[in-house]
Amino acid sequence: MKKLCAILVLLAAASAFGAAPKMPLYRFENFTVATGLPDNHVFSVLVDGDRVWAGTENGLAVYDHHAWKTYTTADGLAHRAVLSLALDKRTGDVWAGTMGGLSRISGGRIDTFTQLNSGLSNDVVYGVSVEGENVWVATAAGACQLDLHTGQWSLYNERNTPMNEIWVYGVHATPTKVYFAVWGSGLLEYDQKTGKWDKYDDPDGENEMVLFKDQGLIHEIVTSVSYVDNIVWAATYFGDSRYDGRYWHNFLTKDSGLPSNFTNQVKGLDANRAWFSTDKGLAYYDGVNWAVYRTSLTTGKPEMTVRDALGKVTSVAVTTAPAHNYVLGIDFQGDDIWVATAKGLSHGIRQHEAK
Amino acid sequence: MRDREQTRRRAAITVVASVVLATVGTASGNLGVRAAARTSRTGEHLVYASPVEMLFSSDGARLYVLCQGSDEIRVLDARSFAELKRVSVGHIPRSFSLSHNGTRIFVANTWDDTVSVVDTRALKEIATWSVGAEPSGVAESRDGKRLFVANRISNDVAVLDAQTGEEQKRIAAGRGASYITPSPDGARLYVTHVYPNPAREDTSGGNRVAPRSEITVVNAARAVVADRIPLVNIAHGFRVAFSRDGRLGVVANLHPKNLVPLAHLEHGGAFADTITLFGADVGNPVEVPLDELERYAVRPFGAAIAPDKTHLYISCEGSEIVIVIDVRRLLAFAHAHPGSSASNLAASANYVMTRIAVGRDPRGLAFTPEGGKLLVANRLDDTISVIDVHTNRVIRTVQLNSPSQISVLRHGEQTFYTARHSFQGQIGCANCHIDSTFDGLTWDLEPDGFGRDIVDNRLIEDLRGTEPYKWNGGNPNLPTECGPRTEMYFWRSENYDDLTLTDLVVYIRNLPRRPNRLRQPEGLTPAQERGHALFSRAVDKFGKPIPESNRCSFCHNGPKGTSQKSFDVGTRKPTDNSALLDTPQLTNIALTAPYLHDGSARTLEEIWTVFNPEDKHGRTNDLTKDELNDLIEYLRTR
Repeated sequence: MKKLCAILVLLAAASAFGAAPKMPLYRFENFTVATGLPDNHVFSVLVDGDRVWAGTENGLAVYDHHAWKTYTTADGLAHRAVLSLALDKRTGDVWAGTMGGLSRISGGRIDTFTQLNSGLSNDVVYGVSVEGENVWVATAAGACQLDLHTGQWSLYNERNTPMNEIWVYGVHATPTKVYFAVWGSGLLEYDQKTGKWDKYDDPDGENEMVLFKDQGLIHEIVTSVSYVDNIVWAATYFGDSRYDGRYWHNFLTKDSGLPSNFTNQVKGLDANRAWFSTDKGLAYYDGVNWAVYRTSLTTGKPEMTVRDALGKVTSVAVTTAPAHNYVLGIDFQGDDIWVATAKGLSHGIRQHEAK
Repeated sequence: MRDREQTRRRAAITVVASVVLATVGTASGNLGVRAAARTSRTGEHLVYASPVEMLFSSDGARLYVLCQGSDEIRVLDARSFAELKRVSVGHIPRSFSLSHNGTRIFVANTWDDTVSVVDTRALKEIATWSVGAEPSGVAESRDGKRLFVANRISNDVAVLDAQTGEEQKRIAAGRGASYITPSPDGARLYVTHVYPNPAREDTSGGNRVAPRSEITVVNAARAVVADRIPLVNIAHGFRVAFSRDGRLGVVANLHPKNLVPLAHLEHGGAFADTITLFGADVGNPVEVPLDELERYAVRPFGAAIAPDKTHLYISCEGSEIVIVIDVRRLLAFAHAHPGSSASNLAASANYVMTRIAVGRDPRGLAFTPEGGKLLVANRLDDTISVIDVHTNRVIRTVQLNSPSQISVLRHGEQTFYTARHSFQGQIGCANCHIDSTFDGLTWDLEPDGFGRDIVDNRLIEDLRGTEPYKWNGGNPNLPTECGPRTEMYFWRSENYDDLTLTDLVVYIRNLPRRPNRLRQPEGLTPAQERGHALFSRAVDKFGKPIPESNRCSFCHNGPKGTSQKSFDVGTRKPTDNSALLDTPQLTNIALTAPYLHDGSARTLEEIWTVFNPEDKHGRTNDLTKDELNDLIEYLRTR
């Protein structure tokens, strides 16, 4: 806490003298159908070492050795629209959640699980996460868990969890806890050790107004969740939340650097830093300051803005921006970022000389 | 006249077999049957060694022989073949390998789900490690840090710490993952599997599609799948061998012709016995046949390439031979004929040099350290054939210490695995019942008419009390199933004498069921309990009574899960002659996909999610998805 305060003081001082905080600067190279993607609508992106996987509306593409290869339903992919991706870091297998089931891509072989041929609860798979021997799946009809050792499917829905709605948008599994982003039913927490469920709701109920900011989850329509360093980051269509197990801190456009409350994905880097994929650009929060990467809503030109702790916004001169402001997902490749957008996939190459 | 003779002969066989079975056959007499079948006439309990694989010690002084029947490693003097010691291992070991420093032997024990670690200095088992379901192949990484174990039932490769046995992870392999072969440089591991991979989701031809298999290539350093070499039209892959330079790989495999009616045995039309070449010497994989008209190479299993890369040797279980192939001519043929030449019965003349008769059910091959001799483990007569690779002749047959008498069961097993009874020696029972199980395929048998009554192949373990046989229930007992029917429709010849048929039937009737890995000793899990309740329920979720004949437990009753009667469960296809189908037993049902009489259900789920729209196959449409999952969890314990 002391460290945070010191940083704040330093940054405030720096701001007072007019210097914008140092935030990561990227040069964006954008991929579209014209450069090998099977579709410009990219729902999800996953970095696996030197390879980059892109879940598009028309197949799963992998970028390897500077070339794209596409997997389609003809290769066994469950459906052409790939909504979510997860990597089993131990085996190298990639799991793809699609509009028609769940697929595992392993050494080029695709195995597909659907609600008809397996215990999968529903074919619309919004989210997938792998932890240990378990694959956790968020679907349009509840969540489920596949035990890769036994082949057993366990389903989680309104009958055995505090899930009021069963439209599960996202899941993030860790060795200790599994979090589910439930569209209209807040945030669900499953304790792997005790098997107990907990539920976090918006204290304002379903009221669109924020009456009790920082009193709880910002909204019931949760789209994404990320759990890192014992911190929960939650994205909703009406703002975002950070929860440390005791205190909530919420982010809205009106009092943070968030470019839009409509957030498709949040990805925490650690306890303080996170990336937000919104409908009005990509945002990075370093615990104090915000950076937004997008095409200007007014000029139509690439822009990067930095908002410091005091709310001062500074423009940084850039010549590139992510392929589209409607951002759906992000993943990291060393210092670089890969960004899934509604009109292409972007590779953000870190520019170290930036200030 | 011939017909009358045939009829008389069949009648005699049936009568004799029936008498034998009547004497020993019913449930109350089963223990007596088993005891009698495994003992000699003098009452001696007969345990056969059943050698399957061999290894030389690092110094070449010892020969280790893995004996599947006696659950042990026999240690022989490598020169004299005199037995030095026996080391007990787990139950039904399938393969073994030597650690790179030569101090330990790892043994995959299939029915124990363990790996035995044997100290080669003390010659005793020093550790037993638990692994996945039915471990069948094992290999240590070159750096001695990891142990890779292929698990046949869990379809994966377990990665263990080679020092402690602690499992680190599992890698998805092919269905029935069984044998692991390291590349010569140790960088990669090549894993084969004995059942075809499941049909893809997008196949438009329903379940009648060509089988597909793979060689799973594992990066040994990272312990991840690096590649999967496709084996097109192959249903069963066995042993892999490499040339010393690592440029040529070969896998022994079985290529079924199950998409055409099984009516062409006399034209070589049931199986192609092939090998697939891969590696830098050939580029894309090339499949070449070993068969020749009237000289078949039934069920290629073992493979070995001579150290100087001049010759390739393949053991053929059913034909009881070792095939010798000229590698230079083989590569020339492969380059001239890319892809597959599987059905070309003239092809093998281009590269097969000779066929060497060896013992029954030859399996593992091993070169002597100096490379001048090739040893062949003959599983079903407890011998090792020693082949001089310069003359391509068997110069010695080593008889392992084993009972001199052949029990009924042993004779039955020999009959099951040999191809000598079929027309031109083309197939044996084990062609479709891999290692006495099943094959994961559907077939179009002739007696029902071409294109009619497509049938799924069933598991044959624990068959007592499940008759009648065939999906139409047309065969009342095993003597009929395995005798006249098999001779007429499969063998296309009459070669069984009455005692041979009887012994075969006794062998099949005594095939035990393998342990069910999903049924824990402490009882059913909560999900399995819920599923059991659904299986047994008499009232649906709306409180409406389920007619007795529409309850799971009505047709699938008793310890085997069959009422032994036929029913119409609404699964008749346009190609089926009748809607009435024999109720299949549920023994180890989780292992035997695909399902239904014609294999149209790729998974247990599809039986109800796809093929039970009117609740004729039990009342299930009132169930939620999680309840259906529970029902399946219970079935997987059967």
